[in-house]
Amino acid sequence: MGNNREELRLTGSGGQGVILATIILADIALQAGKYVAQSQSYGPEARGGLCKAEVIISNKEIGYTKVMNPTLLLSLTQSSLDTYSKTIDENCILVVDSSLEVKENVKCKKLYQFPILSCAKEKVGKVFTANIVAVGLLCNILGFTDQELIKETVLKYVPKGTEEINNKALDEGFNLFKE
Amino acid sequence: MSKKVLMQGNAACVAGAIKAGMRFFAGYPITPSTEIAEMASLKLPTVGGHFIQMEDELASMAAIIGASCVGVKSMTATSGPGFSLKQENIGYACMAEIPCVIVNVQRSGPSTGLPTSPSQGDVMQSRWGTHGDHPMIVLSPSSVTETYYLTIRAFNLAEKYKTPVILLMDEIIGHLREGIEINDEDVQIIERNKLDLNENKKGYEVSGDELVPSKHLQGNMKYNITGLSHGFDGFPTNNNKVAGELHERLMKKIDENKDDIVTYQEYKTDDADTIVVCFGGSARIVATAVDMAREEGYKVGMFRAITIWPSPEEALRKLSERVKRIIVVEHNYGQYLLEVQRIVNNPNCKIDFLGKVDGTVIIPDEVLKVIKEVK
Repeated sequence: MGNNREELRLTGSGGQGVILATIILADIALQAGKYVAQSQSYGPEARGGLCKAEVIISNKEIGYTKVMNPTLLLSLTQSSLDTYSKTIDENCILVVDSSLEVKENVKCKKLYQFPILSCAKEKVGKVFTANIVAVGLLCNILGFTDQELIKETVLKYVPKGTEEINNKALDEGFNLFKE
Repeated sequence: MSKKVLMQGNAACVAGAIKAGMRFFAGYPITPSTEIAEMASLKLPTVGGHFIQMEDELASMAAIIGASCVGVKSMTATSGPGFSLKQENIGYACMAEIPCVIVNVQRSGPSTGLPTSPSQGDVMQSRWGTHGDHPMIVLSPSSVTETYYLTIRAFNLAEKYKTPVILLMDEIIGHLREGIEINDEDVQIIERNKLDLNENKKGYEVSGDELVPSKHLQGNMKYNITGLSHGFDGFPTNNNKVAGELHERLMKKIDENKDDIVTYQEYKTDDADTIVVCFGGSARIVATAVDMAREEGYKVGMFRAITIWPSPEEALRKLSERVKRIIVVEHNYGQYLLEVQRIVNNPNCKIDFLGKVDGTVIIPDEVLKVIKEVK
């Protein structure tokens, strides 16, 4: 991880769980000794609609709590990618679902395309675990390696009865980056 | 030694309230304050308290007044539209001197506005939302940790001055999650000084220079409480002398105790020639902008009102006497600006303003730009 301020922006559609993914990532980073600030913006709809959630991870106390220059952008839907890819530059790692089309004019430090949604749907068996697949994947990309801590943190936030499937989703997420 | 945990601003408010002794919450959930009702409903039963979802915001406010009247520390939480509905009963609590805490997690207005977007547009309403001259204490936190401690302080001030206290939050802090380490070692809780049934004292009795009745009414006794002007016994009166003395005392109990009530924060102001004035969530933006400006050699600092009402008048006036320029930054059309202009009123100190009303958060670059505009 960089020495100062990581600015993560996770985007998708309302109901995909991107807010929860940022909460879990913030908690993992906090337990790893970092300063964190997590926030979100969304419309009045419970499902659908553009959803954006953010985590700032820093070695110093955090003033401004929102993203200024994203260092990592995750997009799970085409419309969120089209909207938020405009806000990034050569300093930002772009992580997108493989099903999305990344326009040629999008500038980024590095582009990762992973089958996050199909992995959740087919390998894990539930598309709603895509956010936890993303957590596993992003932990790897960000260099959070304490798998026990990550697992425990995920289990703090998922509903009772879904521990097993979310564990599986997390493992699949870890494995995506290795592949 | 406790460990840092990830907590949302709204959750920290509930944790602080319970620490302060809140045992009754009545509310009608509304974004972006909903998590407060949600957390209160989960936590209160575990400490022997009660949560009730009322039919609307008017009833919620009435319910917490009722609970407080029988001796239970009480709180409600809402946002703009609900805050408007609570105003009538807030006035009742001012007049009848009922301690209680009202949380308003501000959202973009007027009316139902932008339900999920941040705003600080209820600054003036928090001071003058209910009719008639009345005292008011309004506190505004700038972090999750501060939300915890300021909620405790809101309860303490409510008890000490027998008055409703408003915790004026905003979506920026209410919905923010960050690490919080709770250390209750230095926390003082003011408990209610209940009136003894055998004591020969009336509920609203004050003697000499006393501005706050020393004892509080409690359950299991007969007494009268009214929104009408009243005497020491709590019964309505048309006596102008009694009414005048009551009204004056209600105002003075806050005005003459500003030294005890008012708090503020100064950041990098020592050598500053420009000061950015702000409160609540805006302070996070301003502090970052101040750091950025300092890196470019600008002598700029931040003055943050923690107690918005009563305003930190004396400290701000003193500061304004040695700086050239003040910039007020807030997420509204210029409400606290009016208070700053009233306080400063000095031709040698120019006052500029940066506000936002489109539902988005001001970014540090925008503040920096205003700092750098040397007119």
